[in-house]
Amino acid sequence: MDYKSSELLRFTTAGSVDDGKSTLIGRMLYDSKSIFQDQMEAIEASSLRRGESEVNLALLTDGLKSEREQGITIDVAYRYFSTPKRKFIIADTPGHIQYTRNMVTGASTANVALVLIDARHGVVEQTRRHAIIASLLQIPHLVVCINKMDLVEYSEEVYENIKEEFEKFASKLEVKDVHFIPMSALNGDNVVDRSENMSWYGGSTLMYYLENVHIGSDHNIIDCRFPVQTVIRPQTDEFHDYRGYAGRVAGGSFKKGDKVMALPSGFTSTIKKIDSFDGEMTEAYPPQSVTILLEDQIDISRGDMIVRVNNVPKVEQDIDVMVCWFHERPLALRGKYALMHTTQDARCVIKDVKYKLDINSLHRNLEDKNIEMNDIARVTIRSTKPLFVDSYRKNRITGSVIFIDEGTNETVGAGMII
Amino acid sequence: MNYQLNHLKELESESIFILREVAAQFENPVLMFSGGKDSILMVYLAQKAFYPGKIPFPLLHVDTGHNFPETIEYRDALVEKIGARLIVGSVQEAIDKGMVTEEQGVNASRNGLQTVALLTALEEGKYDAALGGARRDEEKARAKERFFSHRDEFGQWDPKNQRPELWNLFNGKKRYGEHFRVFPISNWTELDVWQYLAMEKVELPSLYYAHEREVFERDGVLLANSPYIEKKPTEVVKKMMVRCRTIGDVTCTGVWASKATTTDQIIEEVATTRMTERGGRTDDKRSETSMEDRKKKGYF
Repeated sequence: MDYKSSELLRFTTAGSVDDGKSTLIGRMLYDSKSIFQDQMEAIEASSLRRGESEVNLALLTDGLKSEREQGITIDVAYRYFSTPKRKFIIADTPGHIQYTRNMVTGASTANVALVLIDARHGVVEQTRRHAIIASLLQIPHLVVCINKMDLVEYSEEVYENIKEEFEKFASKLEVKDVHFIPMSALNGDNVVDRSENMSWYGGSTLMYYLENVHIGSDHNIIDCRFPVQTVIRPQTDEFHDYRGYAGRVAGGSFKKGDKVMALPSGFTSTIKKIDSFDGEMTEAYPPQSVTILLEDQIDISRGDMIVRVNNVPKVEQDIDVMVCWFHERPLALRGKYALMHTTQDARCVIKDVKYKLDINSLHRNLEDKNIEMNDIARVTIRSTKPLFVDSYRKNRITGSVIFIDEGTNETVGAGMII
Repeated sequence: MNYQLNHLKELESESIFILREVAAQFENPVLMFSGGKDSILMVYLAQKAFYPGKIPFPLLHVDTGHNFPETIEYRDALVEKIGARLIVGSVQEAIDKGMVTEEQGVNASRNGLQTVALLTALEEGKYDAALGGARRDEEKARAKERFFSHRDEFGQWDPKNQRPELWNLFNGKKRYGEHFRVFPISNWTELDVWQYLAMEKVELPSLYYAHEREVFERDGVLLANSPYIEKKPTEVVKKMMVRCRTIGDVTCTGVWASKATTTDQIIEEVATTRMTERGGRTDDKRSETSMEDRKKKGYF
């Protein structure tokens, strides 16, 4: 196995208890030999103690005492497996409790979203909700897993009908890349191995898709954005005048000699060196963590952003955001919140609630301004200082914010800049 | 130009980002160092994050007094090499002061007592962020852990009320007296750690490679023979080729029969093994939720 050329892919799964999500994850982990013997024995013993007739694979991820007591998933669970081609991180999100909050969290970093459909039921309310969240969070690739095909006699017609129904609905969404796979997670059809029961299906298996989907363009590599995290100044004899701006490239590609501008000051300079522990680099691109040195001594500190002179983000204080609310205490119109955006800290006031989005139908409710936990709404905020923003559609890093309650310090909402 | 990192470089970049966030968001962080491979990886990543500067926080070792001597030798050499400041929190001291009571009998371990020594050291140093090398793939309670994990003024973890973490925005805001545990290598698996250490040619303590050692078997786990463990009359000491997959206190760290003497052989062994690395940790086996129970109280 050549691990040095293996890539990382993050995907999210969402679903309820009955659509076979645990079985699907269990199947992928089992078939890629990622479930260990002692884990298997431990969950076999737990399942038996609970009086369950089959091994409950959900116990692999439901690690908390209260989850095991109640038989539910409370929180996003992360699972890991790898094949010779890729390493996978699954953000497994529960479908029932706090579904929006958890789905949004899991989706925020995902390359791929898996949406499960029970072939017997077709597109249901929950399917639409999952697809809408995947679209709002701009997950680049969506895989619709039409599961339990064994229970509809592996019928091509059933598959085609569901596919058509989903496509009709998805045309209203902003999903660029949708893929359909008929499968039976229980029997393993089209999960890792090709199904012998569905010779009419000419597409790839789920595992083949996950191993091969092109993720090289998932980052924005056009618009150069470098939010400064911290300044490195060793102040030793050897590195007396060293002043490096440490950060993670959020967009575009930076090279030595590039003409750059620092925000908010607007001062311009040239990249003298892109430095790292492993030596000087010729180029830096997302999501690399590097240190940038400039030719001129200009004032740059945490929260500032280094960009290309001819391609700058919007510098704004009045910003429209799609917000997903996470807290029991509803969003307060004209309320003040702390805000985090890239490496900047600010405060903001909620100036207006434009509409609440019905995440089952995409209907915009202009009347209801009461934004409660798990609601999604379009709001206008004003920040205490200018933020350097792109639309979320353009860049998921420079286009996202979180809202923090100033009294409790809890993260109460997540926002995508429009 | 192919703008795609390999998975190890992407994990490295994520961890460096977290380490720099900690340096920027907190006033007085500390890196918890056990001498195990994960904390060695953490120190290595911290060197990368702040290069060419030194690591801007001290290392904290919670010493149970029941160490493998190789761990202490390695620790002292590393600290000297990178010019770091080392703080030692002592479990022996906590016992001597009567803050904790030593367990007795054949299963006695100081593992649980570490929590008190750790919380005391954090309080004395007024540290507001403690960096740890825990990974989500290690244990089911750790699978629910955040990168930035909030602790109240008693050092407790409330797993049901954690802050959601989205994109790369990490909320480290807290009230006076509270602190954070931060886990920069959350997304790494055991295999990732080994592959990365091999790729980067990082030197590890000799304990991780197969060597001959006196061992005995208890509940299906091989334990190293040591004056700190009381043996039952039926337990027979024998010499075997073994290596450690995790390193903790001598009393609760299982060793594994192995012939792997190089990092590449270890990678092969890890890739084909059917047992998790904590399968040898008797501290996890005390009950189904023993990790969660200890974590809630402030264990790392």
